[in-house]
Amino acid sequence: MDDVKPEGIVEDRLQEVEALTTTELTLNMGPQHPATHGVLRLVLELNGETITKCTPYVGYLHRGVEKLAEHRTYLQILPLTDRLDYISSMANNIGYCVAVEKLFGIEVPERTQYIRTIVAEMARIANHLLWLATHALDIGAMTVFLYCFREREKILDFFERLCGARLTVTYPRIGGVKNDVDDKWLEDVYKFTEEFPKRVEQYETLIDKNRIWLKRTKGVGVITAEEAINWGLTGPALRGSGVPYDVRTFHHYGVYDRVKWKIPTGKNGDVYDRYRVRMEEFRQSNSIIRQCIEQIPKGPIMADAPKFILPAKDRVLSDMEHLIHHFVLITKGPQTAPEGELYVATEVPKGELGFYIVSDGSGRPYRLRIRSPSFVHISALPKLCEGHLVADVIANIGSIDIVLGECDR
Amino acid sequence: MEPLEIAEKLKEKFLSEIIDVKQFRDQVFVSVKKERILEICRFLREDPEIHMDFLVDLCGVDYPGRKYRFEVIYNLFSMKFRHRIILKALVPEDDPSIDSVVSIWNTANWHEREACDMFGIIFNGHPDLRRILLPEDWEGFPLRKDYPLTGKEGWEYRPYEELKELHKKDSEWNIVS
Repeated sequence: MDDVKPEGIVEDRLQEVEALTTTELTLNMGPQHPATHGVLRLVLELNGETITKCTPYVGYLHRGVEKLAEHRTYLQILPLTDRLDYISSMANNIGYCVAVEKLFGIEVPERTQYIRTIVAEMARIANHLLWLATHALDIGAMTVFLYCFREREKILDFFERLCGARLTVTYPRIGGVKNDVDDKWLEDVYKFTEEFPKRVEQYETLIDKNRIWLKRTKGVGVITAEEAINWGLTGPALRGSGVPYDVRTFHHYGVYDRVKWKIPTGKNGDVYDRYRVRMEEFRQSNSIIRQCIEQIPKGPIMADAPKFILPAKDRVLSDMEHLIHHFVLITKGPQTAPEGELYVATEVPKGELGFYIVSDGSGRPYRLRIRSPSFVHISALPKLCEGHLVADVIANIGSIDIVLGECDR
Repeated sequence: MEPLEIAEKLKEKFLSEIIDVKQFRDQVFVSVKKERILEICRFLREDPEIHMDFLVDLCGVDYPGRKYRFEVIYNLFSMKFRHRIILKALVPEDDPSIDSVVSIWNTANWHEREACDMFGIIFNGHPDLRRILLPEDWEGFPLRKDYPLTGKEGWEYRPYEELKELHKKDSEWNIVS
């Protein structure tokens, strides 16, 4: 006890404080982190709580889909596309099918166009529901999570009734869809669309005017229209900055020219505007589904192109010609694919998903390039994060809506 | 502007650089030499009538056996005029390098890293050219056609070898049957 000298301690402390310097802190976030929506790793350099540098590392989920695709027939690649964006696999399947159909020059029957539009928009709603649930959960609004999953569950149930699978559906086929929809299914979906806008309002009452939500999202992660284009953002992330760019307006797939819908856009390009755009897309998608169900005609669901599309099973078992087509398509792939290359994009919930196919005339693509929106969006993440606080990283990751299966391919 | 008109305009401006112009299913593909790619891209970006402000995609394609083994594909789109053109820069195998276009479109940054990762094409002037999807110490370039699908013969993941050694000892000592 005698050794303790109060004055001495104070002097030591003073010396310690003088010796203190500020250094930048390097913080590793991920790859296992609940708020990075997959195996994304960020290395953040911090000055206090402000991010001075953000470096994303991707590739933890790389499975070499592009390489695998070169060794498979056009038919066999379809299940691989499910595993890109596994949250809205329906939209990926349609994207791939549309690209291959354009390469082969197949015209898809009208009923199929309607069915595809319906399921694509359902996938959009399901994707945005998961996005809203996790985005709100990350920011701290817990209640929304369970409400969103209630509706998402219903959509997944519809998918299950339609094709037997809930997540990796592989329902669309090259030249059509796997099976026809029945009237009961359409009726039930129609009933769902009647009540769904009320649910969207419900989510909005939970967070739309919540003071914490507004503080966390308004003015955070601002990106101007010009910068967003320069960084290659697409989908709601770009529309939040006020650019009305939507691949659906090119009218090369689906029946988007026959239904009335608007492209919701934001103004400020911050997290809040991107959130608003997606909330508006709920309503637009819902309205598209309703109009499609009202208009859907009767007719065949598979295109008539026996050299490219698998024939119906009953005809394979009774008809020699169809048996030959079936055998060739399964073992070698389509033998009369035109030589050439083309880029076909579709609007998936996350942005523009493009397939660049190089065909050398054989049954397998010479090169299949997948332009995935998540890959591009993550590359723009440093732009959104740098200069902001650590907590805003989470809001930014949520607002660009990424999935790493699609990013790493 | 129609894509073919853009190709004509490119021909006027860079006649010696254009190798050929192809068309397939309404899309126009312009093959160019790699030397002045940066100038060509800047022209397409800054010309007020073309205004290609959106680089949709950039990727490589491998054609072993051709005079120019690699093609770098620039998929360009204009938000203002809604037209698209696809540029193909030809890159030979003995000098697989091309100028980077990151200074024009920021989105080229990761796409070029991926092309470097998968094909071994070097992008001169790129700010941060590292492997992106594969680990830093990966050998070879997987999307080249001479790279086998299941890895090279005789390649085995080393820890598995150690595991096999361990199992051999185990069976000697009759721990596992």
